[in-house]
Amino acid sequence: MTQSTPENSPLKKRGVPLWVQVLVWAGLIGLLGLVALGLNRSQQGTVQVGDKAPDFTLTNFSGYEYDGASQVKLSGLKDKIVVVNFWASWCKPCEQEAADLEAAWREYQPDGKVVFLGVDYVDTEPEARGYLEQFGITFPNGADLGTRISQAFRIKGVPETYIVDGNGVIQYIQVGPFQSVDEIKSVVESVRAK
Amino acid sequence: MTMKRLIWITPIILVFAALWVGIAFAQDPTPSDDDVNRIAKQLFCPVCENTPLDVCPTQACAQWRALIRDKLAAGWTDEQIKQYFVDQYGARVLSEPPRTGLNWLVYIVPPVLFVLGVIILARTFHSPKESKGGDSPNLTPAPVAGTPAQPASESDDYVARLEEELKKRN
Repeated sequence: MTQSTPENSPLKKRGVPLWVQVLVWAGLIGLLGLVALGLNRSQQGTVQVGDKAPDFTLTNFSGYEYDGASQVKLSGLKDKIVVVNFWASWCKPCEQEAADLEAAWREYQPDGKVVFLGVDYVDTEPEARGYLEQFGITFPNGADLGTRISQAFRIKGVPETYIVDGNGVIQYIQVGPFQSVDEIKSVVESVRAK
Repeated sequence: MTMKRLIWITPIILVFAALWVGIAFAQDPTPSDDDVNRIAKQLFCPVCENTPLDVCPTQACAQWRALIRDKLAAGWTDEQIKQYFVDQYGARVLSEPPRTGLNWLVYIVPPVLFVLGVIILARTFHSPKESKGGDSPNLTPAPVAGTPAQPASESDDYVARLEEELKKRN
């Protein structure tokens, strides 16, 4: 009579191969890492004062070029104070500050040390042009193509304005509309004085 | 055909031809709401979270639907319009993420997890019961060689009597 031993028993418990276990665990850890990375990015908030401003290239609307160029690169504006204003034609609070921004731009434009850039956030061009004409805006403006600029600044909404100094460092952040031309000018002047 | 007849017929033919052309132009397809929504439902509002463009009530979404209508009227295809939206507002406006880069995880991970789950369940339900209880002691006495196996109730009695005898001896 033969006896079945645990080794040769047909009822022996089959285990999952080691390489499969390693693969599954590695996959799970990788997935958790990706989820953690995504959560971390979404909870970062906007860029902060003192941070280096993310570099970007703005493709201007026709008629709203900077120095005649259809594109303007932030890093190409060294030694200038740059006022980066995010707006949209469907944004009602943006209308509050539109005329004030234009008035401030007209004051700073002659000396050329301060540049205003309007970044049109998720908008349609006909409506954006209508908005620019409605408020008589003349400073360089362009669409945030692919929302790349707003994502780089991690904006939470519009309007938002970032004032970048000559070294490319963010010196002031305005969330929501400016209330007056004087407010805009006092902020720009404080950055210039630094 | 006389010249006089020709003079009468030609203007009539021209009038009918003009009317026909007018009708043809009037039938130039203007995109319907259904046409617009067919594309809009494949897109998400870029500013409001998780709202398909076809049901989004904001002014911005109304502008985007009007834009779709304009593009359709200009003869753009569905794919061209969707690509325009991606170029303008980023890939996040697509209801179905493009099959590139890390987006592949969205398509691969759920079916892989499902198949893994099915395999684990199948192995659990089909594994032999003996393998589960293999380590636990068998309390039923093994049948003595040459005697028939006893039913469970009889063997229980046997164990009880055996324990009683052992107690008496101790």
